[in-house]
Amino acid sequence: MSISANQLKNQHLLWRAAFGPMAENANQLQEVSQKELYTLLVKTSAKNPEPFNVAGNLFDGMVKGIQDVGRMQKLSQDEKKMLRKQSVDDLKNLNLTWLSEMINSEAQMREKMSLFWHGHFACRVINIYFQQQLINTIRANALGSFADLLREVSKSPSMLSFLNNQQNKKQHPNENFAREVMELFTIGRGNYTEEDVKEGARSFTGWGFNLQGEFVDRPFQHDTGKKTFLGKTGNFDGDDIIDILLEQKQTAAFITKKLYRYFVNDTPDAGKVNWLANRFYQSGYDIQKLLTDIYTSDWFYSDKNIGNHIKSPVELLVGIRRLIPMELEKPEAQLLFERALGQILFYPPNVAGWPGGKNWIDSSALMLRMRIPQILTNADDFVVKPKDDDDTMMGMEGVDTKPKARQVNVKVDWDAVTKVFDKTPKENLVQKIGDLVLQTKSKISPTILDKYIDKNARDAYIKTTIVELMSTPEYQLC
Amino acid sequence: MLLKRKEFLQVGSLATASLMLPKFLKAFDGKTIVPPGNKVLVVLQFSGGNDGLNTVIPVRNDIYYKSRPKLGIEKDKALLLTDEAGINPALPAFKELFDEGSLGIMNNVGYPNPDRSHFRSMDIWQSASDSDKYVYTGWLGRYLDAQCGGCAKPTQALEVDDILSLALKGENIKGLAVKDPKRLYNTSHEKYFKQINAAHEPGEETVDYLYKTLSETLSSADYIFEQSKLHPSSQIYPSTETGKNLKTISSLIMSDINTKVYYLGLGSFDTHVNQVNQQKRLFTELNDAISAFVKDLKSNNRFQDVMLMTFSEFGRRVAQNASGGTDHGTANNMFFIGGGLQQKGMLNAMPDLTNLNEGDLIHTIDFKNVYATVLRKWLGADDKEILGKQYDYMNFI
Repeated sequence: MSISANQLKNQHLLWRAAFGPMAENANQLQEVSQKELYTLLVKTSAKNPEPFNVAGNLFDGMVKGIQDVGRMQKLSQDEKKMLRKQSVDDLKNLNLTWLSEMINSEAQMREKMSLFWHGHFACRVINIYFQQQLINTIRANALGSFADLLREVSKSPSMLSFLNNQQNKKQHPNENFAREVMELFTIGRGNYTEEDVKEGARSFTGWGFNLQGEFVDRPFQHDTGKKTFLGKTGNFDGDDIIDILLEQKQTAAFITKKLYRYFVNDTPDAGKVNWLANRFYQSGYDIQKLLTDIYTSDWFYSDKNIGNHIKSPVELLVGIRRLIPMELEKPEAQLLFERALGQILFYPPNVAGWPGGKNWIDSSALMLRMRIPQILTNADDFVVKPKDDDDTMMGMEGVDTKPKARQVNVKVDWDAVTKVFDKTPKENLVQKIGDLVLQTKSKISPTILDKYIDKNARDAYIKTTIVELMSTPEYQLC
Repeated sequence: MLLKRKEFLQVGSLATASLMLPKFLKAFDGKTIVPPGNKVLVVLQFSGGNDGLNTVIPVRNDIYYKSRPKLGIEKDKALLLTDEAGINPALPAFKELFDEGSLGIMNNVGYPNPDRSHFRSMDIWQSASDSDKYVYTGWLGRYLDAQCGGCAKPTQALEVDDILSLALKGENIKGLAVKDPKRLYNTSHEKYFKQINAAHEPGEETVDYLYKTLSETLSSADYIFEQSKLHPSSQIYPSTETGKNLKTISSLIMSDINTKVYYLGLGSFDTHVNQVNQQKRLFTELNDAISAFVKDLKSNNRFQDVMLMTFSEFGRRVAQNASGGTDHGTANNMFFIGGGLQQKGMLNAMPDLTNLNEGDLIHTIDFKNVYATVLRKWLGADDKEILGKQYDYMNFI
């Protein structure tokens, strides 16, 4: 295998299992094998993650002062509003904190898998306590057992609240939670009947939470009668339903296919998906083993799987920041990118998560994506005004309505980047940088690039080449 | 000869051609350029959940006044439309349109199992999905899929904004977001983008998809900019956001552009507190902009061919809250403005305030029936294919 083919495969692994290569290890990518690199990724993600804790003191204090949901009702309008506003602010911190982990953490595979599960168990509630707890649950279980992950997420106040299970009571069942657990979290549409939804909902009656973010099983709200669910009959409760769903091979098939489309190829290969799903099921839903099956296979590195995944806005942003180390004067500017490009962490569009793939791309999104590298390296201003979000703004007035040119002040550590190419002769620079930045077979014509490269100094030469290569349709892919 | 040159100019994006264009066309009166009957739809989204009951006011309804001791708009303040309905005092132009027969008001529009999250409910309206289904395409995007598989330019549907809404995203074809034709033109005129685009050689499916989008964006940017300069409107528009947006739309409607659908938003109508001032501010902006827009269309003989439709993701609760505002509700009214309406005035009964669901209005018309009607009768499209189901048509068009 030629050196550059080996490097391409290593970068492929890093882009899919992690958030892309960092400048500082660019030179090692030529020598190390994929197996060695994968082993390293497993090792660096092995520890339990440090839970996030960004909830502000104000929120903390208020929530601790409230003993139960009943008392929440008694809060005044102003208190409720204040809680909500504090939540919105804290959610921004949580967003930026996680982004920063994605960029800097060595537990790359864990954070990447967490982003996948964050979209799978998509939850849109404006409650920092709940959201923080859910993301911590996801990060702790991201590479562990899907069975544990499913159960813990299903018992999280975030999900119970988002899917209305707090209102699911014996006298008035609410089917939302039961339906989505089947449709989106486990077996998928077409594998259950409306009767299963009803019976599932009855089984989940009583599952709820208190304001401290603890799961509570409310026995008086629970329907203790007999239920028939997916062909089984018994006095089921919520845990039984989850057990039955995990017994279904379809759950392994559904999850594996989604994961394959996300990490391998948007067009699933039925044979490979079947093989993976069977092993996933037999392993008792061991996520790490499933990933090992994928990332240590030869087919994962075949041509057709490389360079054809459209990066999500978060993958794009994090990828740039990993290759080019930088400090943003106002990290909040990243939230504008998320908003303008349609992927705000903790605000998925709905419980089905971000659709991904070609859905990320339309004219205006592509134009902005192609300008981000220049904006981040201070060569361009940010003039796009993202749409307002009424769920978080709560009708606040005075939000600026004019698109203002915003300069995103960034300190880029170009030395760290140019150092990588210290040993590269000038005539090979464009080729070498191209190999590091782009994963597609399609390349940018060197004669065109040549017109835009700043040739005054070696540093400037490298810098402009990278930025131009990132400002392309090709860079949207990995 | 003339037509041929015009066609050539439309298709070409050569710098020389675009420089010639304005002068060349100034020789004619703008009125004759667009063939009559070329129907245009303008969708105006009230973001945030507009309070329909304080928009079209049930002036003879005691329940309304009892539920809103502070917020209720008194009969003598409302601009009376009928015996039982008045319009918000900040909307005098709408009263005029109503009286002259250019405004239709549809009450009680909504959908089953309404969702009270702004985002989700907007999703449901924009994608035209049932409230328990998740659809990644918008109704106007699917209109593009159905209508213009072979379209040369993706300018059939334009949103006057920096970001494209779900409503205009189809499976294969997406509308184009353009806040300011000149700015889009400038951005897309980075030589670098043009050159890499011209040099791209097809080969990988996803890369090609991105280049196709890039290429369409670049050519559309030229096309839209050229068209927007053809007939700079002589009508004076207010210098508000909506005023400017409608002016942009108007200048394009008067041009030769192939756009059938325009989309724009106004907000935020999320009036939990201090509703009176906020709604008044937004309605004044709306009123003055619409007034200029209608005058503009009329003086250019295009009012017959344009229909403007408004909607909001939900209405608000019937009762006021304790902060001088209203909270998220359900069914709401829609406006239809145009010179080509078949039915005008009050299109159906006012909301029934005696029959509420836990304090919320119960919808009597599914918005998908409205969409079906607009798609079929105004845009001449296959609504069943676009909406995935046959909805009964209504008679206002």
